[in-house]
Amino acid sequence: MKIAVCVKRVPDMDVRFRIGADNISVDQGGLKFDINDFDAWAVEAALQLKDKNAGSEVTVISLGPDVVQETIRKALSMGADRGIQIKADKVPFDGLAIAKALSAELKTGGYDLILFGKMSPDSSNGVVGPMAAELLGLPCVTAISSLEIANGKGTAKRELEGAQEIVEFPLPAVLTVDEGLNAARLPSLKGIMAAKKKPLQIKPALLAEPQITVRKLELPAERKAGRIVGEGAAAVPELVRLLQTEAKVL
Amino acid sequence: MTDFYNLDSVLSEEERAVRDTIRAFVDEKVLPIIGDCYIEGRFPKELVPEMAKLGMFGANLPEEYGCAGLNNVAYGLIMHELERGDSGVRSFASVQGALVMYPVYAFGSEEQKRHYLPKMASGEIIGCFGLTEPDYGSNPSGMITRAREQKDGSWVINGAKMWITNGSTAQVAIIWAKTGDDKSDKSIRGFIVPTDAPGFTAKDQKGKLSLRASDTSELVLQDVKVPATALLPKTGGIKSPLMCLTQARYGIAWGAMGAAQACYEEALAYAGNRVMFGKPIGGFQLQQQRLAEMLTELVKGELLCLHLGRLKDAGTFTPQQVSLAKRNNVSAATDIAREARRLLGANGILAEYSSMRHMANLESVYTYEGTHDIHTLILGQAVTGLSAFE
Repeated sequence: MKIAVCVKRVPDMDVRFRIGADNISVDQGGLKFDINDFDAWAVEAALQLKDKNAGSEVTVISLGPDVVQETIRKALSMGADRGIQIKADKVPFDGLAIAKALSAELKTGGYDLILFGKMSPDSSNGVVGPMAAELLGLPCVTAISSLEIANGKGTAKRELEGAQEIVEFPLPAVLTVDEGLNAARLPSLKGIMAAKKKPLQIKPALLAEPQITVRKLELPAERKAGRIVGEGAAAVPELVRLLQTEAKVL
Repeated sequence: MTDFYNLDSVLSEEERAVRDTIRAFVDEKVLPIIGDCYIEGRFPKELVPEMAKLGMFGANLPEEYGCAGLNNVAYGLIMHELERGDSGVRSFASVQGALVMYPVYAFGSEEQKRHYLPKMASGEIIGCFGLTEPDYGSNPSGMITRAREQKDGSWVINGAKMWITNGSTAQVAIIWAKTGDDKSDKSIRGFIVPTDAPGFTAKDQKGKLSLRASDTSELVLQDVKVPATALLPKTGGIKSPLMCLTQARYGIAWGAMGAAQACYEEALAYAGNRVMFGKPIGGFQLQQQRLAEMLTELVKGELLCLHLGRLKDAGTFTPQQVSLAKRNNVSAATDIAREARRLLGANGILAEYSSMRHMANLESVYTYEGTHDIHTLILGQAVTGLSAFE
């Protein structure tokens, strides 16, 4: 099987973000970056398929400046075989522009399966995978939480509100990965050393003029400090009264 | 995350990747269980296969022997992260890598290296290091364990070893013994002794109030017969085991800062959450002084490790430089752990928090691998040229 996994370098979300001087981007100072979790689960899914299907090859692709090579190498250190950087000065906000640049590379690879994380937490659009599928003319299953491949056909599960959907699809196909599909393996120390020796190609991105641009970025309004109206059961009548008359939520 | 001096910026991508792997392992596998292990007084043996799979044992030894072939800074970062979990877990990896695999690598025959190192890296063979004796701790040259060469070239070993980490877990022991009758330490040689050899017994040392999540044992060797191939051929004199200790002490200097970081971060988080007299205790000057002192010693110790690691990678570090780092960092870590425990107030005595566990562990680390006092004398001798040992 030939499997491609598209990965994105994202900031560690567990920090207090600041807005940059241009008012349209996040201040990158002090941020730590790593592979998007959803993409790491996509890499893990690809590696599990590789373990089951001898002779498989896993290619990791990332669009962006040279710092994304570190993200590609993380996937290589987990066990992927080769990497491709689609080089661009920055990652555009416009998902269609990203999808076009990635699909230009993906269509030349003859992949049986193309995996994406279902979204990235920094831009939260969740469109690149389905758009790339459309551009490639391939079936697309989004937000999968289980995956089986057998006899040139795939079966995947999707978690819906209060239900699960089991879908079947032919190969080649594009899948986007949800939480719960697997737990990504840690790169072993030998894997980290081996990753340095694996091939990593650099190709220029064919980036279309973005059709969507960010005009302004602002932080949510500060929440007002809470108020303690009292303690224990004795405070309940006052709390109810305030919720009715002041907050007007009851 | 404590990186007040942005040390990340002077680590290579590979060094950061190694650190991140071990950090994630400790967060996911060690921290959830280690408090209970400590109370139960058991080493979490179940972690060994995964530690091996990730490549933690002898990680700075070459790839051709099944090891990861990392540089010494990356190796130090492994020790740092493991001890952020627990000194006992780090001790296990230190012994396996620096005190068992290193002597096989440095003093072993090619055959011994090919046979043992891959199996030790994979955790299939666990080892321990038998140097210290009941009456010879700081003065290992005085050891009374004897190995006598037999007519057929085999050896018969008699003696007792104490305070042996991994002693009851190990399949092999690196035993140091005098091979001559004289009192001099020149005849000391190292042997790879299978722990199931007739006459070899290991007994768990009970009653520890420190390093409770670690196997500490007493070894007795009574007419233990080993073949000629058990001898580590390139060992000769007390210098050989001391070279192993230099490797281990290097890792300890890093590890102690890992324990200190765990305590500092716990204290910092607690100071931000614990409200007393109407505000978080972190807002009071007394606690801020505690935190400022802890942070300062932590940063200093980590900078020391990093520079020492670069010297080791350049091949220019000296055992005396390692003594300075071990002495300073373990002592600083014991102070940080104690201050963290105090900042946590009554909660600080619970196993639910880690500071008191680290505080008690670090008392052992202060005492083992060259006591704090012995390192003081090593430094005193290094700068004055005068020995104060005897």
